[in-house]
Amino acid sequence: MILELAHFQILAAALFCLGLYGVLARRSAVMVLMAVELMLNAVNINLVAFSAFRDISIVTGQVIAIFVITVAAAEIGLALAVIMRLYRRRGTVNVDEIDWMKG
Amino acid sequence: MGLILFYILGGLTLVAALGVVTTRNIVYGALFLLVAMSGVAGLFVLLFAEFLALVQLLIYGGAIIIVILFALMLTRTTDFSVATEHRRWPMAAVISLALFGLLAGAAIGDSGDYNTYQRSGISIEELGKGLFENWAVPFEIASIVLLVALIGAIVIGRSGEEEGGEGDQG
Repeated sequence: MILELAHFQILAAALFCLGLYGVLARRSAVMVLMAVELMLNAVNINLVAFSAFRDISIVTGQVIAIFVITVAAAEIGLALAVIMRLYRRRGTVNVDEIDWMKG
Repeated sequence: MGLILFYILGGLTLVAALGVVTTRNIVYGALFLLVAMSGVAGLFVLLFAEFLALVQLLIYGGAIIIVILFALMLTRTTDFSVATEHRRWPMAAVISLALFGLLAGAAIGDSGDYNTYQRSGISIEELGKGLFENWAVPFEIASIVLLVALIGAIVIGRSGEEEGGEGDQG
């Protein structure tokens, strides 16, 4: 049995769903962020796998993966600044207690 | 050989990811995340994407984990040791499992269309050519995104004089 694209797809799906569970179930904002990073990584695995298993001259998958990593880095820096600010103001990073925008 | 490496790296990644979303200690969660990211870098090597594996280790392993650890250090609270999960976590688990079933079923159902291909590598030279010729404009936009995020993080994270006012929510 050889390594096929479906292996990587199922692994990426499992990683994405673990990240989804973390986003939905965790209460700490930092933990939610880490779960989002897991989901972004699952997407990257999918992109690179499709890139590797198709035509050799197509670099699109890897290039988009680089952009995803870039945006993830920007996102984590900004989000952690927001969390820090929130903690200084409210004294908590529990996403259940942050309901200022509740109508 | 590739299959064995895939199972080792994939298992490591999934176990570490499970640790990230289930551990009660947030610092352990960050370290599990480091293991998961390293596993993904190994999978990139398995897909002949050496440059991406390097970038993955540098940015995730180097930068993001350190930033998360700093954030944990500065926002350490004690109330998560008793209630780290939302009380509706079974619903989240059901939703995740359902989505996994859907995605895995789609992957297996479609596998006949793709599995005739063998995996093959892209050289860094080709990657750079693609990045700077076909993807030059998105590349520049990505640099602007990074700059804006940097300035935004500094502006938001800076301790202003309006700090501490619970009443003002502007």
